[in-house]
Amino acid sequence: MADEPLLEVLDLRKEFGTRVAVDDVSFQIQPGGSLAIVGESGSGKTTIAKMITGLLAPTSGTIRACGHDRSKPAKGTAERRRRGGEVQIVFQDPYSSLDPRQSGAAAIDQVLALHKGGSSSERADRVAELGSLVGLDARQLNALPRALSGGQRQRVAIARALAAEPRLLILDESVAALDVSIQAQVLNLLADVRAETGVSYLLISHDLAVVRQITDDVIVMRDGQVVERGITREVLDRPQHEYTQLLRASVPSPGWRPRRRHEATPSAS
Amino acid sequence: MSAPLLDVADVTVRLPMSGELKTVLHQVSFGIGEGEALGLVGESGSGKSMTAKAIARLLPPGAEVHGSVQFRGLDVSAMKWQASRSYRSEVAMVFQDPRAHVNPVRTIGDFMTEALRTNHGVSKADAVRKAVGLLADVGIADGARRLEQHPHELSGGLLQRVMIATSLLTDPLLLLADEPTTALDVTTQSEVMAILDALRRERGMAMLFITHDLELASAVCDRTAVMYAGQLVEQRRSSELHDDPLHPYTAGLVGARPSIDGEVGRLAAIPGRPRSAFEAPAGCAFADRCVHAVESCTQARPELEPLDGGFVRCHRAVELRGRLTGVHHG
Repeated sequence: MADEPLLEVLDLRKEFGTRVAVDDVSFQIQPGGSLAIVGESGSGKTTIAKMITGLLAPTSGTIRACGHDRSKPAKGTAERRRRGGEVQIVFQDPYSSLDPRQSGAAAIDQVLALHKGGSSSERADRVAELGSLVGLDARQLNALPRALSGGQRQRVAIARALAAEPRLLILDESVAALDVSIQAQVLNLLADVRAETGVSYLLISHDLAVVRQITDDVIVMRDGQVVERGITREVLDRPQHEYTQLLRASVPSPGWRPRRRHEATPSAS
Repeated sequence: MSAPLLDVADVTVRLPMSGELKTVLHQVSFGIGEGEALGLVGESGSGKSMTAKAIARLLPPGAEVHGSVQFRGLDVSAMKWQASRSYRSEVAMVFQDPRAHVNPVRTIGDFMTEALRTNHGVSKADAVRKAVGLLADVGIADGARRLEQHPHELSGGLLQRVMIATSLLTDPLLLLADEPTTALDVTTQSEVMAILDALRRERGMAMLFITHDLELASAVCDRTAVMYAGQLVEQRRSSELHDDPLHPYTAGLVGARPSIDGEVGRLAAIPGRPRSAFEAPAGCAFADRCVHAVESCTQARPELEPLDGGFVRCHRAVELRGRLTGVHHG
């Protein structure tokens, strides 16, 4: 591994008052790699994504992406734009992450104008190209979000994120809200996009089957801490930490029976 | 088979939408026996929640309903006053988002005991005793303290267990559970499902379990029905549905889901998107997305026919039998 990591997170910590949401977490993603952060509510996985994208400032620790530090808020527009060109994010809910009055084409064009420039006809060609990469035709690209299905909206969100040609795409539960048949289409699309463009993924997810489908490496988080890390397939096939084993055993599959963790939980609230 | 506890026969529902009546359910038929669990699986707009609403008489105003829903041999739509009141206590419902169905400014105790006290004339002390007992049944040991708390003081998993306990207060014969664990973490889902499953068996309570997760339904239900575009397309013993589906859509759902183990390969995605009943093409509603569709599929609408101990709505079901394996990554 002579290459500098694309993303390097070192001793990252976030406190909200007295609560430690992210507790000294470290990990790396190599160029072209795909890493999953797995965890349940309150594990700190989304807080990490917010710190990498600059939506939250870390309490301590460092984040380096594409050779630049991004632990501190960006100083000025130029730096903010450079960061946007390096890392983009696709959120869970394509109903709230798109402007209801803006067509997909206009949303993608806006990102192109900001990050890539070019004449309007060059940008229009690129919009069509990105559209075809994610499987949207001209009619769908020119429609307002309300005329599109959930899967089509999520394709718009992915195309918009890719328009900046980021080196890293953060997928924050990006397929969790989609119907099974649509989720499969988007997962296949994400595999194709990575193969074609060499973009890296940081997938934030609670869904172990989705994690297995599109990532190479995984870290498992609980209560702000990493409890297990390794190659996705190995961690899922032979989970070592008891929490990973519990997560694995909680996934319904043929022959599965629901299990009670403990008989009563008087302290949970 | 004796008369089922719940008998849904040829139920078609049309709802007013932007000025016209649109079909949301088309000839839905199934039965649930006493103490039996039936899974109802489908994607957005398939009509699974609408089916539960039709059973619970919670359809929006202006709904046009054909067909019949019978509970213990009585027509639900014809029920008046007393019959209707006892129906409401014999059929309970649990929803996906517990926070949307509880008053945030009232205590858990008020929420749980109100119906018993006002509708069933139970004294406050007795209602509280019963509530605490049921909270213990769903794994909440310190029920008396919980009754004093407000919903925001409870986690989602805990609140959903409170909702399940509340639904059991009137000793229902049938529970309509609409995605009760979808909003919960996986480990909490496992726990809530285990509790629901155990309570149901202990009480001999029947359940209609609505979910988008075929494997979850198969794990906790005796039989599973699959809905697509407002129609039931297949109904089968759960153990057979996953490994030997009869309808191409069921096989598609199994193949589209990434697997937790085994080799990772390209997913067998179903082309297109799920349809609502009123958007479904003429002929078979699934024909435009089906890899097995032939010309005749687009002409006549298939009926729900018995096959291999189950029911399937597919013109080519007999011909395709045994060829629609649920196994993917081939």
